[in-house]
Amino acid sequence: MIRLPIYPAAPPRRPTDGPVRDVALTIDGAAVQVPEGATLLDACAAAGIEVPTLCFAANLTPVNACRICVVELEGARTLVPSCSRKVEAGMVVRTDSPRVRTARKLVLELLGSSVDLSAAPNVARWIERYDAHPARFGPAAAPAAAGARDAAAPGHHHGGDGATAATVAQPAKVDNDLFVRDYGKCILCYKCVEACGDDAQHTYAIAVAGRGFDARISTELATPLPDSACVFCGNCVNACPTGALVFTREFELRRDGQWDEARQQETTTVCPYCGVGCAITLRTQDNQVVRVTSPLDSSVTSGNLCVKGRFGWQYVGDRPPPETK
Amino acid sequence: MFGAGGGTSSYREVEDTDVLLLWGSNARDTHPIFFHHVLKAIDRGARMYAIDPRRTATTDWADVHLPLAVGSDVALANGVAHAILAAGLENRAFIARATEGFDAYRAHVLAEYPLDRVAAITGVPAADIERMAHAYARADRAMICWTLGITEHHNAVDNVLALINLALLTGHVGRWGSGLNPLRGQNNVQGGGDMGALPHKLTGFQDVADPEARGRFERAWGVTIPPEPGWHLTDMFKAMERRELRALYVIGENPARSEADGHRTAALLTGLDALVVQDIFLTPTAELADVVLPATASFAEADGTVTNSERRVQRVRRAVAPPAGARDDIAIIADLSRRLGRDLGEPTPEALWDELRALSPMHAGMSYARLAELGGIQWPCPEDGHPGSPFLHGRLWAEPRQGPAAPFHVLHDAPPIEATDAEFPLRLTTGRRLDSFNTGVQSGSFRSPLRRGETLDLSPADAARYGIADGEVVQVTSRRGTVRAPARVDAGLRPGLVFMTFHFPDEVDTNLLTIDATDPRSGTAEFKAAAVRIDRVA
Repeated sequence: MIRLPIYPAAPPRRPTDGPVRDVALTIDGAAVQVPEGATLLDACAAAGIEVPTLCFAANLTPVNACRICVVELEGARTLVPSCSRKVEAGMVVRTDSPRVRTARKLVLELLGSSVDLSAAPNVARWIERYDAHPARFGPAAAPAAAGARDAAAPGHHHGGDGATAATVAQPAKVDNDLFVRDYGKCILCYKCVEACGDDAQHTYAIAVAGRGFDARISTELATPLPDSACVFCGNCVNACPTGALVFTREFELRRDGQWDEARQQETTTVCPYCGVGCAITLRTQDNQVVRVTSPLDSSVTSGNLCVKGRFGWQYVGDRPPPETK
Repeated sequence: MFGAGGGTSSYREVEDTDVLLLWGSNARDTHPIFFHHVLKAIDRGARMYAIDPRRTATTDWADVHLPLAVGSDVALANGVAHAILAAGLENRAFIARATEGFDAYRAHVLAEYPLDRVAAITGVPAADIERMAHAYARADRAMICWTLGITEHHNAVDNVLALINLALLTGHVGRWGSGLNPLRGQNNVQGGGDMGALPHKLTGFQDVADPEARGRFERAWGVTIPPEPGWHLTDMFKAMERRELRALYVIGENPARSEADGHRTAALLTGLDALVVQDIFLTPTAELADVVLPATASFAEADGTVTNSERRVQRVRRAVAPPAGARDDIAIIADLSRRLGRDLGEPTPEALWDELRALSPMHAGMSYARLAELGGIQWPCPEDGHPGSPFLHGRLWAEPRQGPAAPFHVLHDAPPIEATDAEFPLRLTTGRRLDSFNTGVQSGSFRSPLRRGETLDLSPADAARYGIADGEVVQVTSRRGTVRAPARVDAGLRPGLVFMTFHFPDEVDTNLLTIDATDPRSGTAEFKAAAVRIDRVA
């Protein structure tokens, strides 16, 4: 199934808003009209053109980190990131030119050689489409021991041996019962940092630590999550595009080979807790909830939840005896 | 508000407001996703004033924290009005067009609530009161949002009316980004009211005393509806005390744990002739029941609707099959009705909803299809094609005004029923934590790394005064009961103020301490203000 990025629903109109004009541009030779303020990614989606994205989410400010969504804009010196570039009248855009294909192929090869992308939706298909060969940098180097990458000091990175491909492989961090941080799957897209920080949660429990290939997402002083500022809202898990942040139940099902999307359904309902009324989407498999998200276009949540909405559903269905009442 | 029965504004409007008064609300912990909208406003440059006896995760985000004495809300609100009037910042055009009773209100707050007196009652510095008052009055858009810090008092209705007065004084209601909003504590408190689960209302807030409204329901249902209002929860317990109420059918509520003065509640429930409890868990209330009817978890095992704090009706849907033996509430009620002699058939949730739409004009345009398509609709939505109503009371700004004038209320402050004294020198206030919910029946099902169980939170000064170490188990006693809990030193509390939740009633039954002094108009007990003492156990 091809999943196009969500074209943002018309933002709620305020009595103080003026009229919105349409902007006309050309994408891959076809005329496209979108409302002013839309991005090139929105325009591509409106034209039915799939643009791969990793670090983009409709409810986060674009950080332009992954560069996989680049398109060619006539008159521009460099390729432009479609997720953040706003449309302008008369733009001429190409989304599948040799330059674009080469750029996307290289992004996929560099990421694919150093990061486990097996849980990232669509990536395998994109690797095929852009004829990317992540293995061409050689066999993967040995994984890091637990904690080794967290201990790396800036300025102390040693280059590779030329025979193996450097990777971020490392044991998953399991330090609480709600979600797992499997940083061998992390592409450093910053979405979790954004969701924890200014774009949603304003908790600032995580940031990028280290420099260069040693850069990694970390709590302060790499302390375990329960000892950090984390409030376990899981908005970072929701944002993660590669499965590096994953619900414990999903992590265990995948580890045990039981994760089966063919047996899964998604149902949108409303959180049972406080009176805010957050829309929640329950992903279920075999009558068990395996993941909870919120629609990104919900005017109540913008895709975000708190710890109760995200994790407080474990009494439904088979309803195990509560730990405490 | 003004007869409408719901908050006036949308969450989205909070993002566009300029000044926000969060009054008696720790929304950062108790309504976290509402607080995301507040954070967007703060990021935009809006100023937030937090009115709360405690320093909390919410007050940390405030421009100014006004730490008022527990239960001094009316005095503070009247002081704010005084400061606005003294500076001539009231909205005279709005007052003249949209309100009534202003002169009496003006004379009252000017005479009775000078800022030095208000500062003495509330403990809030006069300069901070004035600052907040001027900011609120001068703002283009300003909003007051509140939670149980306003409503869990013996004078809850006065507290709410005092806040409404401020909005009328400044014209901060009935416009985009200006309004008055109670944040509801449970996912369908608003919906319960919408559906008519109030003693004096029919569905859609239609008055049970209104013969025309009653007639419409009587014709649809083929029954006669008594015109007298019924009892609310507190009345019911009083009626149990008088032995007038002998049988109780409890659906999805845990009064044995959630009511104030737990010893009295338990005695009344066990003294009934018949107690039927319909719930998804065998709660402590269900353990007292003669009959327990296992039900489905409405949000994930059944279909229907709920209404949130911005009046948005949203669909809930069945995602998982319930455990064996648990049945849908509708099916249970239909069966019960059949046994009682009236066959309702086997109605589907959508058929019941469509019946409701035919009887409740404010819901008429909300078909299941439209609710799904629009991601919920805010009432009133009187017809198909109507987009719903982001904010209420725009009529107050029409020239000439439409509908009745909005009244000012002359209000007197009244301290909590139970004063602190030599025997019970500490003020106990109660509340909620981020990762737990009410009596913990639902939230106890997940292993939260944040959870630390019940504690008695007290100020560093009181801990030093009583020689209590952090984590030491202490005995807490009120006139009604005694519990033991570990002490937790919290620098957010002032001397004389202690705090507990009621999330862990099996370990620490906080509601043995609380007082059931209730506002007769709202029926809510004064959970926010009891007098207690602490004794060391060792």
